[in-house]
Amino acid sequence: MFGWTGKIIRVNLTEGSIKVENLKIKDAYEYLGGRGLGVKILFDEVDPKVDPLSPENKLIFMTGPLTGTLAPCSGRYEVVAKAPLTGTVGGANSGGHFGPELKFAGYDGIIFEGKAEKPVYLWINDDKIELRSAKHLWGKNVFDTTDELLKETSEDARVACIGPGGEKMVLFATVMNDKHRAAGRSGMGAVMGSKNLKAVVVRGTGSIKVKDPNTFMNAVKEAYKKLKEQPVTSAGLTTYGTAILINILNQVGSLPTRNWRDGGYFEYAEEISGEALREKYLVKNKACFGCPIACGRVTRIPEGKFKGFGEGPEYEAAWALGADCGVRDLAAVTKANFICNELGIDPITMGATIACVMEMYEKGIISKEEIGFEAPFGSADALVELTRMAGLREGFGDKLALGSYRLAELYGYPELSMSVKKQEMPAYDGRGVQGMGLEYATSNRGGCHVRGYMTSVEVLGIPVKLDPLVTTDKAKWLKAFQDATAVVDSSNICLFTTFAIGVPDINAMMKGLVGWDYTDEDVLKIGERIWNLERLFNLNAGITKDDDTLPPRLLTEPLKVGPAKGKVVELDTMLKEYYEVRGWDEEGIPTEEKLKELGIE
Amino acid sequence: MNPAPEKNLYKGGVAGVRGTWRPAVVMRKILMISPEKCTGCRTCELACSFVKTEVFNPKVSRITVFAFDEAAVSVPMTCMQCDTPYCMKVCPTSAISKTEDGVVKVNGEKCIGCKLCIAACPLGNITLSTVEGKIVKCDLCGGEPKCVEFCPTGAIEFKEVSPNVLERKKAIARKFKELLGEAKE
Repeated sequence: MFGWTGKIIRVNLTEGSIKVENLKIKDAYEYLGGRGLGVKILFDEVDPKVDPLSPENKLIFMTGPLTGTLAPCSGRYEVVAKAPLTGTVGGANSGGHFGPELKFAGYDGIIFEGKAEKPVYLWINDDKIELRSAKHLWGKNVFDTTDELLKETSEDARVACIGPGGEKMVLFATVMNDKHRAAGRSGMGAVMGSKNLKAVVVRGTGSIKVKDPNTFMNAVKEAYKKLKEQPVTSAGLTTYGTAILINILNQVGSLPTRNWRDGGYFEYAEEISGEALREKYLVKNKACFGCPIACGRVTRIPEGKFKGFGEGPEYEAAWALGADCGVRDLAAVTKANFICNELGIDPITMGATIACVMEMYEKGIISKEEIGFEAPFGSADALVELTRMAGLREGFGDKLALGSYRLAELYGYPELSMSVKKQEMPAYDGRGVQGMGLEYATSNRGGCHVRGYMTSVEVLGIPVKLDPLVTTDKAKWLKAFQDATAVVDSSNICLFTTFAIGVPDINAMMKGLVGWDYTDEDVLKIGERIWNLERLFNLNAGITKDDDTLPPRLLTEPLKVGPAKGKVVELDTMLKEYYEVRGWDEEGIPTEEKLKELGIE
Repeated sequence: MNPAPEKNLYKGGVAGVRGTWRPAVVMRKILMISPEKCTGCRTCELACSFVKTEVFNPKVSRITVFAFDEAAVSVPMTCMQCDTPYCMKVCPTSAISKTEDGVVKVNGEKCIGCKLCIAACPLGNITLSTVEGKIVKCDLCGGEPKCVEFCPTGAIEFKEVSPNVLERKKAIARKFKELLGEAKE
């Protein structure tokens, strides 16, 4: 096969059996790979009503056709399962080198079923695949686990694993690969932990074939050229990392502050910005496989109580652990991020959950005695300690491990959780960026910014600049972005390429790679198909129109400062329009006609 | 154009090359590696394997990036086109030669696959390609190295040998030392 390897590994952890199956070509052409193919398999094989942490859920690692090729930023793979944090279709993608290595070993993906009796890891050495005991690794953090596994397999291998967070089924646990890269959101690490699967280790020496090398190379060169000409991908992200957005979002008044209570302006934003990180703690830029952007930050806190070495924080982490908790100490924010990577938990949900606790602490709902120490907004010490406790489920950390929604609900204040479908929203205040509000409300995995990214048009002006405060046409734009993003996540290159390239460029590369003759519309249709299949999974799981909403704070409490002062998210207007644009009925259910058009049976 | 290098400038040899070193007869370009600019993306490996074999397979790339995460250093490694190529010296069938452009080349017709050259290379930069089933090494792509074209950060450059280049090599070596020193804490 070209592009795809054509093989998928199926591991039944209950039986300890391993099979290599052929990739279904029809599915590959209709859902590409990565997220799309992962969701297709989940849809076909898993009852949507299943408990996400039960053996009946499946955990799917999936690469895309572009993974491991010269397509820019091709280091990605996706982890898919029903999500424990949201109860929706779940999934998260990650960069680094693991995904390409899996393809070089000869596989497009791995499906894990059942639950191992005792901790195990999967060792894939080209065509030799075996389950091995992970008893000696259980309890070890991500970095130690990775080092240990490289020692006992091959130092050329790549490791994706869970830390204590996943083992203890923290609901927002991550799957970590290459130590610092995370399939971060919706709790994929917890599903891995529930299956007693500690790690997947892979080493591959094979090749990815290309149908038409000349066509592919020309398309790649064109894409590279565009990335070089776009200042965000050639300078902004490279120089300051994703955290370059901190000051930008603060200036437009949409950097959510102190659990979104104080509006979209953080008075100390500069101190936690990408610029500050570069000046104070950056050691070096680091790129994922095949990436010309290199937004990754290798950072070191040289001294003091937060001393440490690792990577990040990225923009979302810097916001969640910083502005959202009112913490201005960049060393503490960076340290908390290191801990998230080490223990394998999602820093967005972590920071947002701590922010929620801090607000409840200040309101007197949660006491100092219960937490074990004082935890007001702005406390750097509380931030770092609570992060550690959550990852290990230690003391009050056991409650933090539930995420903000379930935690706030325990105390009777679910409205203080800044989440959608129980997953915490990231770093863009929808009151100041209306399209982002609609994006959060309609995202298939709950509060999420990377399955559409309206910030691109509403704030950064890419490809055109829209007024972030109006609602007109936002539904139309969002649909186009959501569908295109599904294509990106499924052909599996990095979302950041889309600042410079789009579906036509991906189609041009795919033409050379696999030799299809799809039009750009055909490719966008793939994205729409994926989006609708995810929606169907969610509807079947019991998610309804009523879940397409936002926390009351965003709908009723106007922003207090900044350019968007006085604004709330005008969701009702946009949502109605969105359902229409999507071809869904008033209940948000895809019509028969729409499903027929997309070829979904 | 930089002035021609003086002979004694190279006394002591280039790092990694053992034995007596004689200065280059012809002024020529060499691959310059700057580890401090390398982000470890391995795009060079992809470009190389694709240009040479039309598939993506880093294992058959003539250039390889070694990443030392704890030291925050990545180093692309490829043939230095030695002036005294040990691979050439040990080859029993004279399949390896040095061209006028300074490229150490393998003649596939003459090669019997004995792999002595692999053992002889002090830098480990000659290898057996599983895709092509033959001995392979960097041939500078006929003067337009694809790794250089695709390297997004300028960590791999194709430059003429000149005193400036040598100075840069020294500066890089110092930077390298600093970086490695830093990692020790």
